[in-house]
Amino acid sequence: MHVEVKVPEIRVPQVQTQPEPANRREKGSGEASDEGRPEAHSPVRRFLLARGNSAVADLGFHWLMVLCALSIFGIVVLIVWELLKGSHLAWASFHFGFFYKSYTDAYTGQTSFWDPVNGQFSAVPFVYGTLVSSFLALLIAVPLAIGVAIFLTEMCPRVLRGPLAFLTELLAAIPSIVYGLWAFFELVPLLRGQVNPLLTRTLGWTGFFSDDNPTGLGFVAAAVILAIMILPIISSLTREVMTAVPHSQREAVLALGATRWEMIRMGVLRNARIGIVGGIILGLGRALGETMAVTMVIGNTPEIHKSLLSNGSSMASVIANEFAEAVSDLHRSALIEIGLALFIVTIIVNALAQVLVWAVTRGAPSQAH
Amino acid sequence: MSRGQFQFRSRLRGATDVAVTTLAILATVLVVTPLLAIFGYLLYKGGASLNMAFFTNVPKPPGELGGGMANAILGSAILLLLASAIGIPIGIGGGIFLAEFGRGSKLANAVRFTADVLNGVPSIVMGVGVYGLIVSQRHFYIPFSGHFSAFSGGVALGIMMIPTVCRTTEEMLLMVPHAVREAALGLGVPNWRSVLSITVRTASPGIITGCMLAFARVAGETAPLIFTALGNQFWSTSLNQPIAALPLQIWIYAQSPYDDWHRLAWAGALVLIVLIVLSVSLVRYVTSRGVLKGTS
Repeated sequence: MHVEVKVPEIRVPQVQTQPEPANRREKGSGEASDEGRPEAHSPVRRFLLARGNSAVADLGFHWLMVLCALSIFGIVVLIVWELLKGSHLAWASFHFGFFYKSYTDAYTGQTSFWDPVNGQFSAVPFVYGTLVSSFLALLIAVPLAIGVAIFLTEMCPRVLRGPLAFLTELLAAIPSIVYGLWAFFELVPLLRGQVNPLLTRTLGWTGFFSDDNPTGLGFVAAAVILAIMILPIISSLTREVMTAVPHSQREAVLALGATRWEMIRMGVLRNARIGIVGGIILGLGRALGETMAVTMVIGNTPEIHKSLLSNGSSMASVIANEFAEAVSDLHRSALIEIGLALFIVTIIVNALAQVLVWAVTRGAPSQAH
Repeated sequence: MSRGQFQFRSRLRGATDVAVTTLAILATVLVVTPLLAIFGYLLYKGGASLNMAFFTNVPKPPGELGGGMANAILGSAILLLLASAIGIPIGIGGGIFLAEFGRGSKLANAVRFTADVLNGVPSIVMGVGVYGLIVSQRHFYIPFSGHFSAFSGGVALGIMMIPTVCRTTEEMLLMVPHAVREAALGLGVPNWRSVLSITVRTASPGIITGCMLAFARVAGETAPLIFTALGNQFWSTSLNQPIAALPLQIWIYAQSPYDDWHRLAWAGALVLIVLIVLSVSLVRYVTSRGVLKGTS
């Protein structure tokens, strides 16, 4: 165990002052007042600010910055508004049926979900594709990511730690189009030639890995490339929350005679588990919205098959593929509605993840039992 | 517990420990392998097809060999310049508001939450939003609106830069000691001047890091450009016209049935990744030198 020396933060000792109601004149808008800003208003600073004679310039600067901050609001509101407006046509035509119905072609008698020619749209196969590929990706990525995080924080020789952390960071910096390119030209042939036949032979009896798709594209290919892409996010967050666990926790477990794995399990993982779940959910958020790499390998057919080796389509991939050449207003509107659904789902998932990560890294980790 | 049982248990514990260690090492190897494979293939395939023509020629029509991505490189440069011009000032301004003016206020919390939301929005959805905002209709108050244009692509990328820049700026400014601010105010410097020339200046290495990270992130974005910038096979510098971009061109070429275009796609990917790795390394260099270190 090495002892970590922490450099103390430089901080001016804070003087608690009572909020002075007299100082709150001029601020008509109320909400954004001085109430909860203890640090910004040390007495010295308040005195100096009051003495200054640049009130006009300061006020102007202040409002300019407020404007910048408000524009962030504005952007989100505008995007939501545009999504709502754009999806209105599809919503008016299909309502909630958009997310569960299927259609039967009057001439061929075939069941379909997505029929731009006849103007019938249902998001079911895309929702299914997004969920299946994302969860399959999590299934692959989570154990690996936690393994990497454990190795990097608890076992790795110090020489290797820096380069390995840098490498996993680099993995996060590669653009998704490059992942897609690699997956399309290298990973898919590998799956087609070696992995998929193996899966069919060993697990074919379950029905999830039937060999009716000779292309190598499909959910499994999408899940593998997604797993590679979300791994760095999950593992770096896991690493972060694992480092946040105080050393005394590890030392206490070791002192009881635990082996290293027992120390990690009881001292580290147990304390960090909420944060790890947060990291996993954040990875899920990324996987749900990932577009280019998935589009290139998932096969892009709006169908539902039991076999994971068959072609499919995800919410993001159908937008990327069809939006620019949508045949009708209704078609485009249906695609925008899929975008809106994706937007809402990712917001919920991300908010959940942030709350969980925040609970561990900001709160007291030793109490998180 | 008998002696035998005890020995068995302790041996089992030892074995589990070894097994887990092995698994962790194995996982790390498994994770590092695809990364090395990707870089290896990029260097192998991209390096082999990278030549002067790639940087100087525009794409040839289908069927003809050769050609390059000069227009896509220029297009990416224009788009990223526009994106930075939009994203960086607004992001830094928002960060200054969060750290200097709005600390702890409800408005600041709301802005912070919104920025995080914006950060999590899938890039394809951002593309759809900007399409609805700028591309789908002609607005008299939005320049170049009503059709696919370089401008709309730049706006989409710029919006995506804002949350990263904003949150890093805030984090960095919060690390500047209060004494510095008070010293500036004590010398009679107006508040706006003290914020810009003292606080922001002190935190500038960290802020630059944030900007570079945001830049590297949007440099590789394809999804929001598909229906904003659209792509262009010709040399174009107009903000009013569809424009090519490196990632977009890679996508178009990768989907094509021509081997020669696949070759160009690999070369494009190599150029893109070199650009991004350079900026990330630069960021690491700057942050390792600077006094202020951020979490990102």
